[in-house]
Amino acid sequence: MAKVLIPTPLRQFADKNDSVDLAGATVAEVLASLTQKFPDLRKQLFNDEGKMRSFVNVYLNDDDIRYLQKDATPVAAGDTLSIVPSIAGGV
Amino acid sequence: MAVAAPPVTLNKDEILRYSRHLILPEVGMEGQLKLKNAKVLMVGAGGLGAPLGLYLAASGVGRVGIVDFDVVDYTNLQRQVIHGTKDVGRKKLDSAADSMLDINPYMTVDKFDTAITSENALDIIKDYDMVVDGTDNFPTRYLINDACVLLKKPNVYGSIFRFEGQATIFAYPGGPCYRCLYPEPPPPGLVPSCAEGGVLGILPGTIGLIQATEAVKLILGVGEPLIGRLLLYDALAMRFRELKLRRNVECPVCGDNPTIHELIDYHQFCGVPNPAEVAIDAVALKARLDRGDKFQFIDVREPNEYQIASIPGAKLIPLGDVPKRVGELDPNTEVIVHCKMGGRSAKAADFLRQSGFKNVKNMLGGITAWSDKIDPSVPKY
Repeated sequence: MAKVLIPTPLRQFADKNDSVDLAGATVAEVLASLTQKFPDLRKQLFNDEGKMRSFVNVYLNDDDIRYLQKDATPVAAGDTLSIVPSIAGGV
Repeated sequence: MAVAAPPVTLNKDEILRYSRHLILPEVGMEGQLKLKNAKVLMVGAGGLGAPLGLYLAASGVGRVGIVDFDVVDYTNLQRQVIHGTKDVGRKKLDSAADSMLDINPYMTVDKFDTAITSENALDIIKDYDMVVDGTDNFPTRYLINDACVLLKKPNVYGSIFRFEGQATIFAYPGGPCYRCLYPEPPPPGLVPSCAEGGVLGILPGTIGLIQATEAVKLILGVGEPLIGRLLLYDALAMRFRELKLRRNVECPVCGDNPTIHELIDYHQFCGVPNPAEVAIDAVALKARLDRGDKFQFIDVREPNEYQIASIPGAKLIPLGDVPKRVGELDPNTEVIVHCKMGGRSAKAADFLRQSGFKNVKNMLGGITAWSDKIDPSVPKY
């Protein structure tokens, strides 16, 4: 099981959870479990072609999966997957 | 702007003022003079800008530029601690500068009473050593990023949402930029703003002070700057986390073969309307009414409000009736909508645009602004 951290702006689409433990051998599998559990998250994370939106980054532990093996990056038990969307607030 | 010769010493009062810095080996006289010679540009004097301005002033940064065009209102006071209740209605620039100069008269505040735009950004930023970004929208975030990359000036970045904040340093030569982190902005409407989503009042204080700390460290050249690391803060969990940030060699602005060499239209890039094209203030509206310009002027308040006060020439269509009465309006002729404060009319304007109206402007501040700025005989309620 990997721990998936859900950021504030997306919690409204995930029954207000800030983290969930999910199974999956790769990032893609864990995210598939996530959107299966919370279908409303799918539109937030993926575009119509099923591609991860470019203002949402996914980190395996502290590393950006774009610099690992993207969604084929292997996930081990105890890993943390963070979803980090772009936020712009400042005033 | 006139650039003064670097001061070589501190006067007696300054030595006393900065004594807790002067006895720190990492700062000392040399560091304090670096601070005094430093020039920092703060974009935005709001939530993040408030703590930034206060602490940059107190720390002894010699020159701080502020870019802001907004006016202090009551909803700002929950978090924008550089402004006080007495400042409501004043320009944030003036209010912020007064607070900073009160804390430290041995500094200079440059005031830029404007929005930062693709036209003025390079010119404003070029005279400063670095930028601290305290803005609140994606177009301006990308604009500041690109301008900083093009000018090779570090951009001390912070952003906030509800209980959560992010901070890092972008555009430090060799380091990543905002586009490396997020190549594209979210589509409009998917991420709510603080005005819509709310924000814990203390949160911009925490994030703004992280930005201030990083700005001062960059000036002093001490410690480990927050470059290549994205700091995430969750106030509810009271947890800080750090993620690795890399420069993207394919980044269109800071990559090895950049394709962006000048500033672009950031509203278009972010898919949002340019504020100047979708809003009008009371003064500009009065001028256009006086000129007899042709446009459809709609008041979307309720009939009982219309009885209390109205702006001459406005036709009443309450917000709730707009969908069924939309046929009374011509989608090819400009529409200006107003309400009491500007909130309901913004909704009406969005609805009309979605219904195919090509040119719709929201009147900022509604009839309340009209009473304040144009005709005081119009009662406020």
